[in-house]
Amino acid sequence: MSVSAKQINTNSLPDANGHFGPYGGRFIPETLMGPVEELRQAYEDLRNDPAFLAELDRDLAQFVGRPSPLYHAERWSKQLGGAQIYLKREDLNHTGAHKINNTVGQALLARHMGKTRVIAETGAGQHGVASATVAARFGMECVVYMGSEDIKRQAINVYRMKLLGAEVVPVESGSKTLKDALNEAMRDWVTNIDNTFYIIGTVAGPHPYPMMVRDFQAIIGREARAQILDQAGRLPDALVACVGGGSNAIGLFHPFLNDAGVAMYGVEAAGEGLETERHAATLCKGRPGVLHGNRTYLIEDADGQIIETHSISAGLDYPGVGPEHAWLKDSGRATYVAITDDEALAAFHALTRTEGIMPALESSHALAYATKLAPTMDKDKIIIVNLSGRGDKDIHTVAALQGIKV
Amino acid sequence: MSRIKSCFDALRRDKRKALIPYVTAGDPQPDVTVPLMHAMVAAGADIIELGVPFSDPMAEGPTIQQACERALKHHVSLRNVLAMVREFRTRNDHTPVVLMGYLNPVEVMGYAEFARAADEAGVDGVLTVDLPPEEAQALVTELRPRNIDTIFLLAPTSSAERIARICAMSSGFVYYVSLKGVTGVASIDVSTLAAKLQQIRALTDLPIGVGFGIKDAASAAQVAAVADAVVVGSALVKKVGEFAGQPEKIEKAVASLVKEMRIAMDGVLLPK
Repeated sequence: MSVSAKQINTNSLPDANGHFGPYGGRFIPETLMGPVEELRQAYEDLRNDPAFLAELDRDLAQFVGRPSPLYHAERWSKQLGGAQIYLKREDLNHTGAHKINNTVGQALLARHMGKTRVIAETGAGQHGVASATVAARFGMECVVYMGSEDIKRQAINVYRMKLLGAEVVPVESGSKTLKDALNEAMRDWVTNIDNTFYIIGTVAGPHPYPMMVRDFQAIIGREARAQILDQAGRLPDALVACVGGGSNAIGLFHPFLNDAGVAMYGVEAAGEGLETERHAATLCKGRPGVLHGNRTYLIEDADGQIIETHSISAGLDYPGVGPEHAWLKDSGRATYVAITDDEALAAFHALTRTEGIMPALESSHALAYATKLAPTMDKDKIIIVNLSGRGDKDIHTVAALQGIKV
Repeated sequence: MSRIKSCFDALRRDKRKALIPYVTAGDPQPDVTVPLMHAMVAAGADIIELGVPFSDPMAEGPTIQQACERALKHHVSLRNVLAMVREFRTRNDHTPVVLMGYLNPVEVMGYAEFARAADEAGVDGVLTVDLPPEEAQALVTELRPRNIDTIFLLAPTSSAERIARICAMSSGFVYYVSLKGVTGVASIDVSTLAAKLQQIRALTDLPIGVGFGIKDAASAAQVAAVADAVVVGSALVKKVGEFAGQPEKIEKAVASLVKEMRIAMDGVLLPK
């Protein structure tokens, strides 16, 4: 069975100016307003164009390998002694994570707009690799901005991007991490707007990015919804997904928003603990502000300066969050919780040993929350966890924590 | 009448153009800023643009990014910057001061409280780099009743329709970003600039300031020939950065560049 991109969910938010309630919008320098509007128009024209959607469907099937399976983790569910856990296997996509769903969509859009150069920001390197991958395939020049601290931590992904023909530019400003890479990509874009398309990797940034990235990632939830109806004959009781910027979570949640009986849990990184300063739990501990082109929850100090975050998982290590999540939190439709580094690590080992699936540390946060949630639910209840990426990229981190040099 | 309007009216009568130097408040340390503002006025500045340091200055090139980082090492906050303006006002009641920065520190303080505190400190204008007019109504509504001008950016990529909308929301002057890119990197192309300013003038009576890409006295003079105001940022901030380790030398270095620009600008406009 397969689900088509043709069924792009037309939820009423955001409004015409990109607002999700008080969140979202466009908070960017004037020079970018023209290009962002041009992008919105191009996307608006293509998002309902059958030829474009057919092209996207074909790429998702033949290049990405969709649909990704929905897997009933029976042994693990039994061990936890409660609800049945199903895993949406985004880890089986080409390049090993959900990120490629979005980069394929944006690269197609870039090509339609006649852009010859793509740029991207990356933290752990997954979005950078996914961007370099589609750029290689379309023969586009690709420049990836990456904090110099992250470059040191993610040497293998840096090398992968270079193998794919991308230029990886180290960012030395600010905290030298993902947020600074995003600033630097914006600076590149403002300088090279004529030929350059900026592939943002998450559901943040100025309108239309949060909506557009959501639309491209919503294939996850559309497939999962059809798959669970097929396998279990009914909708799930709960969805669980990790939230850094929030693209895999919104991709899973969005097609279920109108299904009132489906609870949604976004899992943030509690790092060394929510009571410490070292976490990345933006929705749990932050407050609303403006960064990177949108109004959303932020981790900031009393003066409104953005603070460095911490998580064992580089993909969750971001001081902002997608504006639609901010709205889902305030409206109460979704619940946001946090999982510590240690809890995520324990879930990483548990799933690896119990099901033979090695999850990314990001996804391990969602799994760790499922281990808390499942036992509180009856055995006939259903939880879908988004297994957003595979753990191969993290084995050095895991080994180092065990004092092993790989 | 706002100080900014009086300033431009007086300059127009004298057939001169405004020189607007920018420095980042608190760079490289807080006690440098107020004396530096006075020194720039003495060297010929008409309006002072004071940068509010921000951790994520998206539109700035490396020079001003580093200025923000130097200031933030001293935890220079929006409230600290307002205190600097208040101190400046104890000795100068006529030179307009425009705050230039990013929205988040203002969001955190709250628009109404910011407007009250800025008014009390003696701020004359506010330019928020990441706040286009579409999102600005709430802030403008707080600032205008207090006679604080709201200055918005125009860019080479702004359509005629946008230029009209932006000018309608602006007061004091409008700020034309003369090139695509970040602050302090490329150089200005004056003939393209002249054509664009002509297009803008057809849509507004507000004075037009031009910034981005003005590096020295010669380019300041070229821009003065076609614009109403010349905004100089990175070239001055670079001087501040050069002497970050010897702050006593900053005033002289910055003031002498301001003075060179003043002389060059007046030279192209006034009969010898």
